[in-house]
Amino acid sequence: MLSIFYFLSFLAILCALMVVVSKNPVHSVLYLILTFFAIAGHYVLLNAQFLAAVHVIVYAGAIMVLFLYVIMMLNLNAAVEPNKKSWLKIAATASGGLLMVVLVGIFRSAVTSGTGNPSQSQVGLVHNLGVALYRDFMRPFEVSSILFLAAMVGAVMLGKKEIH
Amino acid sequence: MQSLTNRSRVVVRKEMTFAEKIYIPAILAGLRITLKHFFKKSVTVRYPEEKRPFSAVYRGQHVLKRDEYGAECCTACGLCAVACPAEAITMVAAEREPGEEKLYREEKYAAIYEINMLRCIFCGLCEDACPKEAIFLTDRLVPAFNERGDFIYGKDKLVEPVDARIDISKRQTDAVKEFKTHKELRHNRLKEDLD
Amino acid sequence: MLSPALLYTILLIVVVLGITLFIAMYSTYAERKVAAFMQDRVGPDRAGPFGIFQPVADGIKMFMKEEIIPDVSNKWLFILGPSIAMLTACMTSAVIPWGKGLTIGGTTFPMQITDVNIGILYIFGVVSIGVYGIMIGGWASNNKYSLLGALRASSQMISYEIAMGLSIIALIMMTGTLSLKEIVQQQAEGHWNIIYQPLGFLIFLVCAFAETNRTPFDLPECETELVGGYHTEYSSMKLGFYLFAEYINMFISSAVISTLYFGGYQMPFIARFVHDPNLLSILGTVFLFAKIFFFIFFFMWIRWTVPRFRYDQLMDLGWKKLIPLSILNIFLTGLIMWWMGNVK
Repeated sequence: MLSIFYFLSFLAILCALMVVVSKNPVHSVLYLILTFFAIAGHYVLLNAQFLAAVHVIVYAGAIMVLFLYVIMMLNLNAAVEPNKKSWLKIAATASGGLLMVVLVGIFRSAVTSGTGNPSQSQVGLVHNLGVALYRDFMRPFEVSSILFLAAMVGAVMLGKKEIH
Repeated sequence: MQSLTNRSRVVVRKEMTFAEKIYIPAILAGLRITLKHFFKKSVTVRYPEEKRPFSAVYRGQHVLKRDEYGAECCTACGLCAVACPAEAITMVAAEREPGEEKLYREEKYAAIYEINMLRCIFCGLCEDACPKEAIFLTDRLVPAFNERGDFIYGKDKLVEPVDARIDISKRQTDAVKEFKTHKELRHNRLKEDLD
Repeated sequence: MLSPALLYTILLIVVVLGITLFIAMYSTYAERKVAAFMQDRVGPDRAGPFGIFQPVADGIKMFMKEEIIPDVSNKWLFILGPSIAMLTACMTSAVIPWGKGLTIGGTTFPMQITDVNIGILYIFGVVSIGVYGIMIGGWASNNKYSLLGALRASSQMISYEIAMGLSIIALIMMTGTLSLKEIVQQQAEGHWNIIYQPLGFLIFLVCAFAETNRTPFDLPECETELVGGYHTEYSSMKLGFYLFAEYINMFISSAVISTLYFGGYQMPFIARFVHDPNLLSILGTVFLFAKIFFFIFFFMWIRWTVPRFRYDQLMDLGWKKLIPLSILNIFLTGLIMWWMGNVK
């Protein structure tokens, strides 16, 4: 079990690095998809098959297809990539560093008490997730769905032809 | 304009009903039709094993006829080549040498006679034009070849073999048969009568 | 040393894969025969008696064709495209329960490779990955028409995936489980889901046609007029993989339809006459395959009945008709369940 974990982690990190390093944006997207698969594998290891399946369907199957779509349509390559301004680069580095600090902070303060074997965990099963979403976190769940609805309406509005 | 088949329908651009809008009844009706055809007998003729009967006057590969004694009828007059709308026929005439009377019926004969089967449209005008009843179209098919040169049929393929005559009597109409009974015409007399 | 259970699973995988490929192979033959019969023709009848070896001849032809990889294409991705299409097509068969299972000498041999508790979602996940086979293939060809074909195909597939997922949700609300095995077990004695979910079934069926790129939704290929679509640049066995994957998908979606809506291996009434559980299980498998073959036939039947959609009609049907309909179906199902007091 541990060897699979290390393999998946290695794969995830390697692919994530390749996303940043590859020159061709389409290759970046494909590596990102592989990363998602590695993470879905982690979910399966944690006995959360539902999350793994939804992760694959939503991220690899839907969002990344749309990404790939846009990149293929724009046909981005190094030649047409606009020169980034230096302040943009500094801002990107600073925000990336801040995110890093936040993440390190979270992981340091996270409760690391392992509650038994993670592969026997029942949290990721459909029933338990449903109870958590619809009983314990009912309100945030519904609010986020309204957020999605607003985003959808906004997208439709943007996509609509203007009527003069 | 009057309808020829009584099957034509006037297009009606009325609002579709709900049943028409969901299309499912229409699809089911279509499925019924295709299923009906599924059980129908097929109309295919499995060609090499099963052949459709040829018409008696089918216009297929040509034959250059011999007369009753096995002499070639063609005199290389060139009328067939002139009549041919596709210009498929060429020939070279030659004079009959003494001693070749058994081979050629008249003093002049076709030394080379070629029909390009790629050009030929099998219209049968050569048959009509021939004054000697030497060329006929038959119910044989010209097969496919891999080389274009193979489609140029020479005398070796066109002249009927002496021992395997090709029957063209069915192609001859009653009018032709009646004409052949007029023995006063030199054309219709047998060779021994002429001598 | 492998444990017997693992050995059996490997054996089952090989058998299921073999049967899948065999049926897909003969689907090509059946397709041509059915097409011929519906058009009052004979169909292939030269290779062997009734043309029974036609698929073999077709396969040999495919292998013998010249292998062309475009010069400026991305070679790895060009090969990856058909591989993904084939892989995802074969992967789906893992969660379908092919039978009740055999009991020999006290040991039960299940007729399902793995009973994942999220069987339906697994199928959806694999199907959603299948889009990449088309997209990568179209893009890697480095041909603008292939790319346009790939975009056309993938936008069709992701559009109909949504309606398909929504139509399944109503079914899951009723069954209360995502495991295909349990869904089949709930449909014993003729309580097929089609009776309770007719609208959902119709939506699922239409989406299945769209997902497998079959007529009337065969715009991705358009064998007759557009330049082939995403596989314009493909030749030889790589093209064969794309075409073959379509037939595997057809077989698998027939199996999924039979499992979800037509009771899978469950047969009504037979259990009263046959008492040997093993015989009953085998009969159930035969019955499942009969259903699958009917749906494969149905796919072909529709192909020669309904003409192809125009692209705007396709998108219109997917987004403006099927998605609202499936949401209505979810709503109605919920309402009826609440009225019947089935909500736990």
